[in-house]
Amino acid sequence: MEIPYTISTRPDTGLWNAKIGIWLFLASEVMLFGGLFSAYIFLRLDAQPGEWPHGLLNVPVGTMNTAILIMSSVTVVLAWAALKMRRYNAYWWYMLATIMCGVIFLFVKLYYEWPQKFEHYGVFLKPSALEKYEQYLGNNRRTEKGMEPRIEISGHLHNPEAIKDPSIKEYEIGLDPVFVDPNNPTNDRPHFLYVPPTDHIAKIEKEDVERIDSFGPWHSAYFASYFTITGLHGAHVLAGVLVFIYMWLPVSKKLYQRNPEHLANRVEVCGLFWHFVDLVWIFVFPLFYLL
Amino acid sequence: MNNPPDISQDPAEHEEYAHNVQKHVRGYLTVGALLLAFTGITVALSYVDFGTRKANIGVAMLVATLKAGLVAAIFMHLAAEKRLIYRVLIFTGLFVLALFWLTFLAWYNPVVR
Repeated sequence: MEIPYTISTRPDTGLWNAKIGIWLFLASEVMLFGGLFSAYIFLRLDAQPGEWPHGLLNVPVGTMNTAILIMSSVTVVLAWAALKMRRYNAYWWYMLATIMCGVIFLFVKLYYEWPQKFEHYGVFLKPSALEKYEQYLGNNRRTEKGMEPRIEISGHLHNPEAIKDPSIKEYEIGLDPVFVDPNNPTNDRPHFLYVPPTDHIAKIEKEDVERIDSFGPWHSAYFASYFTITGLHGAHVLAGVLVFIYMWLPVSKKLYQRNPEHLANRVEVCGLFWHFVDLVWIFVFPLFYLL
Repeated sequence: MNNPPDISQDPAEHEEYAHNVQKHVRGYLTVGALLLAFTGITVALSYVDFGTRKANIGVAMLVATLKAGLVAAIFMHLAAEKRLIYRVLIFTGLFVLALFWLTFLAWYNPVVR
């Protein structure tokens, strides 16, 4: 049975059906991401002074991924335009470029950005112990300047066995540069380039520690919302890539030969989804990486 | 304006049509370049101190909204779309505002720590 109105428009709506379908789906997606963004706002407004971290993500890498996603949005719309002009070869190359962009985006997320976080540790100090570690925190100067206090010392954990072994009394942290020179005004704002932990090791006694966690979703409301939103976004990128691969394979060429306008409409619908995924990232990037 | 019309079945008109779509393609490339430029601007502005963090967030969200507007209007063809789609989106906007409003209400009922 032929599905009606896949190419021609319905007289009452003036649209072919899949287009209405994808927009209704995108409307539900707006609600899904809207719920998560409103949770983000709520968590952020509710964070106590010093609880909402800044500058923990790699800005150049995030910027590159943003650019990749924007370029893929351009290539997918060019792929669709190529189909409209009945240039299948050009379509094939634009589609391949789109798929590659999506794959690179996911690769950077899953093999570079996320794993790095799971190997980085933060030690939250008890309020009574903050003064003791003033040399790493620089809170006296921060209070004078009206800035939020630092309540966490972060870096590379040199003795991870200390987390489970009660006989070890202190954590050895290879400090992030900011804690080596906490009173340097250049450390007041996040740096653009990523700076790895130093060899400067701080010994932090366990009895002074409220909790120690890697930079996973369990670390803070910030990382919980970061992993939830970027994870869901990544799942959307993956879904888009899979659909684009189907559109790019020879099976779609058969559809093109049968009815090129049908394939063009399919690509338009997937393209709308892809632009939405790009649109979500346009907000995710500044909210988590920059602000 | 954004939607190239369907291709003509008449071969004589085909070339003119292709030329027409080509004009749209130039528009898409321009918008892509603008989006990349705005991304650079967003990053640069985040290192400028606008006084308070709220001001910095406001500026960044303004640029993000501009970028999102470009994507929606040009790439998603919303600058010239059928009325039914606008209707769907108006309701979406209202519902998402209601959702944010619920969060706002929760702000007045804080969990006491």
